[in-house]
Amino acid sequence: MSWFWQFTNSSIGKKLTMAFTGILLIIFLIIHLAGNLSLYGGEKAFNSYAGTLEIVKPLIRIIEILLALIFILHIFNGIRVWWENKKSKPIDYAINAKSKNSTLFSRTMIHTGVVVFIFLIIHLVTFWYPYNAGGGELNLYQLVSGRFSDPIYGWFYIVAMLLLGFHLNHGFQSAFQTMGWNHKKYFSLIQLIGTIYATLIAIGFASLPIYFLYFHGR
Amino acid sequence: MNNNLNLKLKVWRQSNPKAVGAFVDYNVSVSPDASFLEMLDELNNELEKNNQEPVVFESDCREGICGTCGMVINGEPHGPLRKIATCQLHMRNFKDGQTIWVEPFRAKAFPIIKDLAVDRSAFDKIIQAGGYISVNTGSAQDANALPISKDIASDAFDSAACIGCGACVATCKNGSAMLFVSAKVTQFALLPQGQPERQQRAEAMVAKMDELGFGSCSNTYACEAECPKGISVRNIAKLNHEYLSAKCKSTNVEA
Repeated sequence: MSWFWQFTNSSIGKKLTMAFTGILLIIFLIIHLAGNLSLYGGEKAFNSYAGTLEIVKPLIRIIEILLALIFILHIFNGIRVWWENKKSKPIDYAINAKSKNSTLFSRTMIHTGVVVFIFLIIHLVTFWYPYNAGGGELNLYQLVSGRFSDPIYGWFYIVAMLLLGFHLNHGFQSAFQTMGWNHKKYFSLIQLIGTIYATLIAIGFASLPIYFLYFHGR
Repeated sequence: MNNNLNLKLKVWRQSNPKAVGAFVDYNVSVSPDASFLEMLDELNNELEKNNQEPVVFESDCREGICGTCGMVINGEPHGPLRKIATCQLHMRNFKDGQTIWVEPFRAKAFPIIKDLAVDRSAFDKIIQAGGYISVNTGSAQDANALPISKDIASDAFDSAACIGCGACVATCKNGSAMLFVSAKVTQFALLPQGQPERQQRAEAMVAKMDELGFGSCSNTYACEAECPKGISVRNIAKLNHEYLSAKCKSTNVEA
């Protein structure tokens, strides 16, 4: 198996790990957002969606374990790549014209990633843990709408989703490039789809606290 | 002489690889028709006249094909213009009174030798690891015996246009050599002559690149923007695919 570890620890192997886990997380976000949008249907719609997931709980648990593994791989590997890359470039230029040759999104993946990671932990503590500790008895809609109506939590959520959008805007096309799928004919389309996807995910998630903060019940 | 440009240079001076370097200010008056290297030549003539140590920089062909010259000018390898080497950069691209920062290529794998000269022999070591084809000696076979389509030949030529100057490593925030290695791997992977050693080549060159302390690619594409030969990052995608497929298919289980 030495060839396999050599592969996963190589520069390209590490990038492939980022790309592969990244694509799985991209798919997960679509499903997560689709479920969350049922909040717009009101208390009954959202709680019945949560109740439906309750019926297939064993399956959800398996998916949760897989998701945790994917997240840990993506986060651990991302921080590792950033740390090792810093060592490959010990001294930066006195004058660096970065903005002339690369996008802000591509240069700030570690920063947006760390914010999303911190968000993820807070997100699990505020929603996932109380719900699962409550044994399914908890009124999830009350919990979510309560949090989203809090300006501090709401705005933290909005900012985190904006930065998630930045992360996805680079990450989407970057995953395709790393997989080797950069073709003259299709790559500009992939970049466009990535930007549309990132925008929709950011707006989709951020719209929920905005709705509860400024429009719900008014 | 009247339309000379008066410029303020801030040049990185470092007496040896271990020494602590610093920027030194020089004021120069130079013709707008001079190249950047000619401007440095004139500066060095002045310094020598005054019994001062000239600025060490590398150059050879001075027509943009050898890849020897290379320095970071105002934060960009080979300066602000696209698809040219430092030797092809002319002073008319700067404004009178402008301050120009001149720094050596910076990367862990490219240690500074002196002033603006860096040791790029890491690239040679990567080439020695697999950037070649093994051919038996003897008379060359008939050229028409190896049909290659015009499109493939052109793509291979585009990859082969890499002059190994190291600007990709210099501009990459990760100090990654992916654009260089990918150009060399792609050039051979596209052509029939490269097929026999295709898998070993991808595995060996990437392993050598990692060993020499180059960073990982994070797809910022700064390398493509700064490359004097316009090598496309599609080469990197190709290398990623070549490497993955080599790792899956090759019978090499040792590494």
